[in-house]
Amino acid sequence: MKLGRVIGTVVATVKAEGMDGLKLLVVRPLTADLRDDGEPFVATDASAQAGPGALVTYEASREAALLHAPRFIPVDHAIVGIVDQHHYEGGEP
Amino acid sequence: MILGKVCGTVVSTVEHPFYDGRKQLIVRATLPDGSFDGEKYVIAVDLVGAGVGETVLVEDEGTSARQLTGTAPSGPIRSVILGIVDEVACSG
Repeated sequence: MKLGRVIGTVVATVKAEGMDGLKLLVVRPLTADLRDDGEPFVATDASAQAGPGALVTYEASREAALLHAPRFIPVDHAIVGIVDQHHYEGGEP
Repeated sequence: MILGKVCGTVVSTVEHPFYDGRKQLIVRATLPDGSFDGEKYVIAVDLVGAGVGETVLVEDEGTSARQLTGTAPSGPIRSVILGIVDEVACSG
């Protein structure tokens, strides 16, 4: 999993089969200490409650699809949870 | 597997039910000499009782993570901490 910030929503009426009812959000990836880290992507929401502004954890690749089991749908990024508490101490080892 | 240093924690109340009760730690990837490997990091589920500041061994591959958590074949998990490193001896 990695950290990201939800920065928008996507509405798509025409979608692949099995994706009906799934919320699509635009997520900006973040570094471990919450700095922007690359270009935003679209993710489904497996936490069910994420929205714009939320700090979230997300999973990529096959595990993103598994987050929506028992449906196995074609997604490559999915939001796992909404972060309430982020604690970071990153001194160079 | 990769070496990493536990740099923090993440707590979520609203999350996929699979992760309820599973401790999630922020691990920054390190090189064998102990320095950070750029900005590379991962949030991994802790299986061994690791804490902030410790050097750990992280498996960042889904099938192994599911096997280690006993959740094959459908556990939605990819990254786990499976060891606490005492020492790395590396020449070259």
